[in-house]
Amino acid sequence: MSLLPVLPVIIPLLTAALSLAMARHRTLQRGLSLAGSAGLVAAAVTLLATVRHEGIIAVEIGSWPAPFGIVLVADMLSAIMVLASSLLGLSVVVYALGNVDQARVSFGFHPLFHALLMGVCGAFLTGDLFNLYVWFEVMLMASFVLLALGGEKNQLAGAFKYVTLNFIASSFFLTGIGLLYGKTGTLNMADLAQKTASQSDSGLMLTSAMLLFLAFGIKAAVFPLFSWLPASYHTPPTAVTAIFAALLTKVGVYALIRMFTLVFIQNTALTHGLILGVSAATMVVGVLGAAAHFDIRRILSFHIISQIGYMTLGLGFFTVAGIAGAIFYVVHNMIVKTNLFLAGGIVNHLRGTFNLKYLGGLYRAYPLLAFLFLVSALSQAGVPPLSGFLAKLMVIRAGLAVGEYALVAVALAVGILTLYSMTKIWTEAFWKEPPTEYPSGEKNTPAGVPWLLLAPVMALTALTIGLGLFPESFIQMTQEAAEQLMDRTAYIRAVLGPVP
Amino acid sequence: METVLAFITGILFAGGIYLLLRRSMSKVILGLLLVGHAVNLLIFTAAGLVRSRSPLIPPGSERLSPPYPDPLAQALILTAIVIGFGILAFALVLAYRTFAVTGTDDVDELQESAP
Repeated sequence: MSLLPVLPVIIPLLTAALSLAMARHRTLQRGLSLAGSAGLVAAAVTLLATVRHEGIIAVEIGSWPAPFGIVLVADMLSAIMVLASSLLGLSVVVYALGNVDQARVSFGFHPLFHALLMGVCGAFLTGDLFNLYVWFEVMLMASFVLLALGGEKNQLAGAFKYVTLNFIASSFFLTGIGLLYGKTGTLNMADLAQKTASQSDSGLMLTSAMLLFLAFGIKAAVFPLFSWLPASYHTPPTAVTAIFAALLTKVGVYALIRMFTLVFIQNTALTHGLILGVSAATMVVGVLGAAAHFDIRRILSFHIISQIGYMTLGLGFFTVAGIAGAIFYVVHNMIVKTNLFLAGGIVNHLRGTFNLKYLGGLYRAYPLLAFLFLVSALSQAGVPPLSGFLAKLMVIRAGLAVGEYALVAVALAVGILTLYSMTKIWTEAFWKEPPTEYPSGEKNTPAGVPWLLLAPVMALTALTIGLGLFPESFIQMTQEAAEQLMDRTAYIRAVLGPVP
Repeated sequence: METVLAFITGILFAGGIYLLLRRSMSKVILGLLLVGHAVNLLIFTAAGLVRSRSPLIPPGSERLSPPYPDPLAQALILTAIVIGFGILAFALVLAYRTFAVTGTDDVDELQESAP
């Protein structure tokens, strides 16, 4: 039995525990945090290589046999998501070394960060529905504290909304789990898939499906359940916002993809039709919200919502091509979105504000930063040859293949609006003349950009360019992941053994 | 008995959601509390009720003899209670801190004080 799928949970746990024990030695703690994230990347790379080579790996925790005990399952989707998360975790840890202040580090920024990573990796790997709830809560608890850490006025106000709405989402999730358990008597995802395949009476299944859709929809911030996101994401330090943007909503998307390909496929015309409608609304509302704002972080927060729509759109098409596109989109968006937040944070570091009105002229002073931001902005808008273009292309081609022309038109129109909104940030912050008036006490000009902040942005920019120029092997991987998801037998067999 | 519990669950949900829609932070937290209880009761009821039996193997016997209540559902509820308790404790501290910093318990005013 391979213990490989356990490592992405154990490594952050150990890192969190050890760095908590070293709370008094900040330098040691930072080194440990860096080493822990690097170790997680190594484990994730090994996991992906192994899963690709040997197929789906399932580990029975405590050797309790599958439908009764909890299993961790690593298929291609899980492995890809774990790898992407670990890469972003590493970049944000490096960035946090230069961005998160002493007080926050003293109050446990690094242990919380790794607890968050543990929750996220656990959620990606678990094969048990209730266990998924527990990992969600681990992740959320860490995110609650990270969000409120520092205790500034607007942080507290944002955190209260965030906690309340996430608690409600968790309640919906738990209700769905309760009904599903009452109906089927199992919470093992593979077992659920097997037992519900033969359910002809789908009333209760549909109730559970909709409850879980609501719960994951709130976490993924789809229309009309997204209001917590723009209310809270602009409040904490950049490193925290960036890791939230990278991971939290994507865990919701992952859970949607997992449940709506493995378990809830009895009535796809209804459920996946609903997903399509919600996706279109999410894309449009998100991008319009972004167009109305003038604060870099708020604009980017609304773009998170808009981009989520593309991912769920791929799921809604419910074909191998659509889901492969959705997976590619998730990974692309994790990289680009995080990078935009990190670059925006550097702008704030240089000028002391996120408000576009008081920014300008950065292109002349910092051409490298301007270039890095522009690459990510264009990638998000879907300009070739960057990764965003391919991600959109895959989703849109999948849409054309199933004949959803109206949705494809919406996706393309939203792409243009995204481009408008991204060029707005870029021209306002970097291109236009420096403003003559500053809000009182907010003009400060540090000599240069610290390397700790710039290095992760450069690495992630290289990643989005690389993914755009040499996408073949990654597209191949997303295809394999999508095929595994659509053909559920491999997953069920890996967890429960040969089907009788 | 299931009917009674179903009604209690419904009332708890209704009361909880009503409180969640209030503007006062302390009432919102009470709402969270009620919704949490409602969910736990729902899992308890949905897993099936068995009167006056515990899922223990009697001495001298090899296995459980039906009817026995489902211990897994109770384990799930126990976990959910612990997690809910943790979140609620955090929410209380957060609300208290927010009140201390902003001087208001009203969620709408919070919005205005933090643009």
